[in-house]
Amino acid sequence: MIHAEGLRKRYGEVDALKGVDLDVPQGTVCGLLGPNGAGKTTMVRILTTLLRPDGGTARVAGCDVVADADRLRHRIGLAGQHAAVDELLTGRRNLVLFGRLYHLPRRTARRRADELLERFGLAEAANRPVKTYSGGMRRRLDLAASLIVAPPVLFLDEPTTGLDPRSRLALWDLLRELVSDGTTVLLTTQYLDEADRLADQIVVVDSGTVAASGSPYELKGKVGGGRVSIAFREVCDLSAGVEVVRGVLPGEPEIDRAERRLTVAVEDGAASLIRVAAALDAARIDVDDLGLRRPTLDEVFLQLTEVTEVNAA
Amino acid sequence: MTVLEPPATRAGRLGWAVIDSLTIAGRTYSRLRAQPGELAGFLVFPIIMTVLFGYVFGSAITLPGGGDYRSYLMPGIFMQVAALTAVSAATSVSEDMALGLVDRFRAQPIARSAVLAGRSVADLSIHLLSVAMMALCGVLIAGWRPHGSVSETLAGFGLLALFAYAMIWIGTYIGLFVKNGAQADAATFGWLFPLTFLANAFVPLEGLPSWLRPIADWNPMSAVVSAARLLFGNPGSAAASWPLRHPVTATICWSVLILSVFVPLAVRRYRTATSR
Repeated sequence: MIHAEGLRKRYGEVDALKGVDLDVPQGTVCGLLGPNGAGKTTMVRILTTLLRPDGGTARVAGCDVVADADRLRHRIGLAGQHAAVDELLTGRRNLVLFGRLYHLPRRTARRRADELLERFGLAEAANRPVKTYSGGMRRRLDLAASLIVAPPVLFLDEPTTGLDPRSRLALWDLLRELVSDGTTVLLTTQYLDEADRLADQIVVVDSGTVAASGSPYELKGKVGGGRVSIAFREVCDLSAGVEVVRGVLPGEPEIDRAERRLTVAVEDGAASLIRVAAALDAARIDVDDLGLRRPTLDEVFLQLTEVTEVNAA
Repeated sequence: MTVLEPPATRAGRLGWAVIDSLTIAGRTYSRLRAQPGELAGFLVFPIIMTVLFGYVFGSAITLPGGGDYRSYLMPGIFMQVAALTAVSAATSVSEDMALGLVDRFRAQPIARSAVLAGRSVADLSIHLLSVAMMALCGVLIAGWRPHGSVSETLAGFGLLALFAYAMIWIGTYIGLFVKNGAQADAATFGWLFPLTFLANAFVPLEGLPSWLRPIADWNPMSAVVSAARLLFGNPGSAAASWPLRHPVTATICWSVLILSVFVPLAVRRYRTATSR
């Protein structure tokens, strides 16, 4: 549904994108993840026809983003970092306005506005000016505006930045609903848990290139086998445990005294876990909890973007 | 929902562009309805200027060629209000840019010129409303009368409107560069307001020092004021320069020149503009 090859963009001296590929199948969510200035927004702006790429090609919903821009604009919705709605107009008037600008007949535009206001829990506030809305309500209106023509492809640039947790969860639910109806979503985010929960595929961009991509599960596997985590009953067991772990595993354990927990990064997850379990048993150390966990997406993200930063320097 | 296709023919595209412009113009009217104070401001400012200049300064100024100062003044105030349309155009365009609303418009299948064109038409119609208010005040308070024929009077207002429309596009272009409404105000009002005084709007040019005189003579605003005085049959002063001897031609030339420079510049800037 979204297919990009070798996208490049330069702003003066800065290479914002240095040849990015992207492939998002229909009905899935792709999370574009990266630090500030990585090129996420540039990517979205190119795919939504707001910016012309300097090189490479991209097709969205079967339309070339440069040659077929006008046809494409009928098939996409965009919700940006700011709630791009008219503060002075009422919620309903905003949606009718945007509907009219999609060339919907007046009556259809009104009906669609009312449907969306209902669905996004804004029916009661429909006739109030947007400047009286809370941040969450504005974002919902913004999202509603991007869904007026029920576009097959939806672009969301940091949709939950600055939202309170409740509004965030509500927005996630709405997105899941849209995706189950077949909408393809590309979202950029700085929140790893958001990508972890919503995205079928994550593309980590850093300094204008793709640092890694895959499902959240695959990405977590990419940065090494995982972490062996051991919790002990007593503090003295912890000290003894550290010695045992050092004896059997190459990694240096991280120690959390308050939790009486030890964590160590390993290459070959399960095999290391078995070796540690055997060694602890042989040393007769009481263990409260012993497990192997995949790295969190935060750890993946930091590791991936750190590597490219070092390379860049 | 069925996906609409853009029209294949040139005429179809033009039709969409017109409809889009009207939709955008409708938005401007809705905004005004939402803040009646703004509209009141548009209407009150000209009235204040009429009263202020007509009565406060009017009593102290005598025209070299004779004639009633308040009748001399009205075309000047008409021109000043027309020139200052650039300020509100710049402010509103810059606010849309800051809000990211322009991104939404640009990601929608709207004719590229429609957002700016719709806005300029709406701004012009609001301006005409305030001109009507001013004319009424002029007649009632200042004793101003157009002495020309009906067609001359209409031509006078037509020229003022043409000049206002040109100024709206200057303001639109500036509005696409600045970051917010306050900057937009500074980047337009800051030079426009003084410039309206460096013309024959309020005082005859005969009294100006000789180094300042050519600037005022060639100021497009002077031509506009002279043209309006000519067509309204209001008292004017001796014309020394070419634009002031042919004020109607000069006004049309200046306005067309401004439009042919700033419309393409603004539309081009809008296509590539980003909200940040």
